[in-house]
Amino acid sequence: MAVILEKRALTPITKLFRVHAPLIAESANAGQFVIVRVRERGERIPLTITDYDRDRGLVTIVVQEVGVTTRYLGALDEGDEILDIVGPLGEAPQFEPGGHVIGVGGGYGAAALLCLMRERKQQGDRTTIIVGARQKDLLILVDELREVCDNLELCTDDGSTGFKGLVTERLQQLIDGDQSERPDYVLAIGPMPMMRAVADTTRTTGIATQASLDPLMIDGTGMCGGCRVTIGGEVKFACVDGPFFDAHQVDFDEAVQRSKMYVKEEALAACRRPDSGMN
Amino acid sequence: MPAARQWYELMPVKRTDKTPMPQRDATDRAQDFDEVNEGYCFAHAMFEAERCLRCQDPVCMEGCPVRIPISEFVHAIAAGDLPRAASILRTANPLPAICGRVCPQESQCELKCHMAKRFGPVAVGHLERFVADWERSQPLGESPPPPWQSARIAVVGSGPAGLVCAGQLARQGYPVTVYEALHAPGGVLRYGIPEFRLPNAILDWEIDALKRLGVEFINNVIIGKTIALDDLFDRHGFSAVFIGTGAGLPKFLGIPGENLNGVYSANEFLTRINLMQAFQFPEADTPLKVGKRVAVIGSGNTAMDAVRSARRMGAEQALVVYRRSEAEMTARVEEYHHAIEEGVKFHWLTNPVEVIGDDDGWVTGLKSLRMELGEPDESGRARPVPIEGSEFVFPVDNVVLSIGTTPNPLLAKTTPGLATHSWGGLVVDEQKGETSRRRVYAGGDAVTGAATVILAAGAGKSAAEAIHQDLSAGL
Repeated sequence: MAVILEKRALTPITKLFRVHAPLIAESANAGQFVIVRVRERGERIPLTITDYDRDRGLVTIVVQEVGVTTRYLGALDEGDEILDIVGPLGEAPQFEPGGHVIGVGGGYGAAALLCLMRERKQQGDRTTIIVGARQKDLLILVDELREVCDNLELCTDDGSTGFKGLVTERLQQLIDGDQSERPDYVLAIGPMPMMRAVADTTRTTGIATQASLDPLMIDGTGMCGGCRVTIGGEVKFACVDGPFFDAHQVDFDEAVQRSKMYVKEEALAACRRPDSGMN
Repeated sequence: MPAARQWYELMPVKRTDKTPMPQRDATDRAQDFDEVNEGYCFAHAMFEAERCLRCQDPVCMEGCPVRIPISEFVHAIAAGDLPRAASILRTANPLPAICGRVCPQESQCELKCHMAKRFGPVAVGHLERFVADWERSQPLGESPPPPWQSARIAVVGSGPAGLVCAGQLARQGYPVTVYEALHAPGGVLRYGIPEFRLPNAILDWEIDALKRLGVEFINNVIIGKTIALDDLFDRHGFSAVFIGTGAGLPKFLGIPGENLNGVYSANEFLTRINLMQAFQFPEADTPLKVGKRVAVIGSGNTAMDAVRSARRMGAEQALVVYRRSEAEMTARVEEYHHAIEEGVKFHWLTNPVEVIGDDDGWVTGLKSLRMELGEPDESGRARPVPIEGSEFVFPVDNVVLSIGTTPNPLLAKTTPGLATHSWGGLVVDEQKGETSRRRVYAGGDAVTGAATVILAAGAGKSAAEAIHQDLSAGL
């Protein structure tokens, strides 16, 4: 059980929660994730740790309400308890400090860049964050992200703020532009098509690029193998070997295919969301 | 529903025959996850206990990994003294209701039974289950005293090894905390063994009994991730740690197509059903896609659990595919028979070489080769050799891999100085079960690799004795 101490709506379907989970906060590292279950007979879903506060024992998670569990979670309020929360799981991304790191975030994946990029900056990296959304009001945590990096780049499809276009187009500009803008490392966190596009953008440049994969998971400890992904021809478990992998080696076709395994069931289960009156 | 059978209809015709276990009709039971075996009634148990020859030298006990004084508890049943039978059993084996259901008796106690040579062996397993179920039906006694020892013990993992270790230490007066990574305790007894073989109510009863002894259960904590093993000593104040983390890492074959949609490890398949209750989807939120035709690869108890679960999830054709022959099958005989009764088809000497899929990435078939038995291999079993040109395809919608598991490396990877064998098992001192780390003990599948509930229970019990001795002696 973990009590929700703060809840904020970032967009109509994206919610931020700060929960009291002192054991997890104490051992968490940027880039790791938790698994939550929000009701009896509920499923277990992985969520990236957006931020943590060791002193106060707090863990921040951001949830986009797209499936049955995220909707149940989104319906919880301050003072409510999350039934089960376990972590921190997975490994933090590894790369040499001292370079220029660009974190690319799409959708609610942008939230995961918060503590990751803050720690890169504290370690002496030069940090750039590129986040994108369809329009201005769907960009999340803009003020917070601006604080944790040297340079925040906003992208919108409609040009309502920042660069008009995709995050990968802006990334391409930075790579092609002035030598001082060129990144040494790229981290991609977001929807699969975005991460794939980032991988394709940097593939021929030799820029080390890592993607944070979030396949279906149950236990998160390597027990079920449901989260297996193919990296450079080798099968890995995203829960224990990941979630960060060399984006140029990821078999995205397979990952996308596997992520669709339960599309029909997810739609059926989503009929049972908290506001559907079926409970 | 067929008419309920009377107890005497299940009695053997001849006095010398083994009393059969009453069980639910195969077509009925293959529709749900309720328990298959119904258990002996008192008359069955008395009748069966009378079959025991009361040997001077009760060799059955030698076949038992935890040396239950079998003849003594069987005689107590024959004398109608069930409280004594229960006390003898529980002193020797803290999980009798579970072991009575899942032990491979035919290769342990019942194999040694002198009756086995001419007639059937005494049904030790059925009697063990009967006594444990009777005990569970009795009112609870007075609450035991709260822990009186000052040294606190942490148990990592709440499977059979951890439960038994926790129970034995709690009876010695130690405050024990059991840490479980999942959201419910029980380990493989919860996520692995289906309810038609081991109902959750029995596991819950055993866990509640431990709670009454003062054992504290903390779910959702992964030692090695949430709390470092060293921090259990340094920051959480424990004096000793027992590791019973089991062998939870599934093996895959490494054949093409293994990552297609519809291919599961048996661990995933069974966890979705047992722990996450996918059989109640959409009332439960976790789905599991089971098509009309399911192939399970492997021949152990887990394979039987998976293939019988597939039947219950709606598979019309459920097959077991195994590269060796029936003689090399490792499952309990009872599970094998139950699977056959429930319509499972067995394909022996058949080696899967590729999972075939459609354009959307879903399984459509399992390409296999026919095998024949050759010379014995390093395990002493006849080596299966492919028959040339025998390739064919099973048309299937799902493939479940049940080809074994290895110890989970998570804890060893994050704990400095905790030695493991190359295959992942923890290195322990054979006498005490102590690992390469002082005051850190281990037992069960985490040490032996995938084995049985009773061996894990035995290891938990002897580690508890070693912990008590070491702490008492101030070692």
